[in-house]
Amino acid sequence: MIEPKSHVERPLSPHLQIYRLTITMVMSIVHRATGAALYAGTILFVWWLFAAGNPRRFETINAFLGSWFGRLILFGYTWALLHHLLGGVRHLIWDTGRGMEPGEREFLAWATLIGSGTLTVLVWLLALMLRG
Amino acid sequence: MVQFTLPKNSKITKGKTWPAPAGAKRTTEFRIYRWNPEDGQNPRIDTYFVDRDDCGPMVLDAIIWIKNKVDSTLTFRRSCREGVCGSCAMNIDGLNTLACTLAMDDVAAPIKVYPLPHADVVKDLVPDLTLFYEQYASIEPWLQTDSPPPEREWRQSHEDRAKLDGLYECILCACCTTSCPSYWWNADRYLGPAVLLQAYRWIVDSRDEGTGDRLDNLEDPFRLYRCHTIMNCSKTCPKGLNPAKAIAEIKKKMVERQV
Repeated sequence: MIEPKSHVERPLSPHLQIYRLTITMVMSIVHRATGAALYAGTILFVWWLFAAGNPRRFETINAFLGSWFGRLILFGYTWALLHHLLGGVRHLIWDTGRGMEPGEREFLAWATLIGSGTLTVLVWLLALMLRG
Repeated sequence: MVQFTLPKNSKITKGKTWPAPAGAKRTTEFRIYRWNPEDGQNPRIDTYFVDRDDCGPMVLDAIIWIKNKVDSTLTFRRSCREGVCGSCAMNIDGLNTLACTLAMDDVAAPIKVYPLPHADVVKDLVPDLTLFYEQYASIEPWLQTDSPPPEREWRQSHEDRAKLDGLYECILCACCTTSCPSYWWNADRYLGPAVLLQAYRWIVDSRDEGTGDRLDNLEDPFRLYRCHTIMNCSKTCPKGLNPAKAIAEIKKKMVERQV
């Protein structure tokens, strides 16, 4: 067997740096990011549940979540939850082999984004209205 | 392994700007990735100006024009110049495609040209596709049968033949596989869209009797299931095929044989 004479260290061609973003690619990234954000949201939710056992602590956490910063976090959590939910539905549709043709797949990707934004605003409008 | 940034030896530096051809009235600017294994330097981007009145309409025409008229060291693969051989697959304007079937006028100038993404570069626009071909061989892309061969050909109904449409046209140019982020991070274990589309081409062939073994070979958290439906493959295929859908069909077959 003939051994190659020299080993040149070859460069890796650029990838993320140069590849054009596509909507389905971005929605894949966002699906993963919102999935990760849900861990943080779940911890927050569990914390709130635990605090419910003690009136003073419950008041503290409610005051925090009711502040503008707390509400911002809750708003983000609502969106992450709804976006990940719709993303899951999109993946379910794709798992059946449907909605994968050109146009269809972009439609589903955009629908996830627009749908989650709209639903989040609706949920918050409803919540604010019920609170009076 | 997921590494978002380029290794040190792969960082791209500023290259040379070659003068526009004298007397040219209409030019198009090209920015092309260059790497020479013999000079010990990092990759760089060279700028060229193509005389449009002296050159054919396609991106491949321009690259050949540059090699003939400006810089003979520019290295790339090309053969058929009509989209059937798959040699001139490269990343143009951010998407993988065949340089021979993409018109310069359909791309915003300056036209940026890179080798297929996340591949070892042999030289300039030539990527090392050894792993890609090994993965293709691993799916045993030939007709497998147990029954005694018929006296004449293996016959197939029109309906069964139609199932191969959208699959047999694949020319293995590797545009889809190298567009896939999942493949970028897991090329050592994930087969990638082109090879999986080819695998499905044999799975769905009514004459093939190796379906069970073929599915067994793919039943693996990485080989098949690293597809996360990012869909870059189907978007970028220069032949208009749909590898993402072929992969979804394989996943369905996996479920079907379990229930």
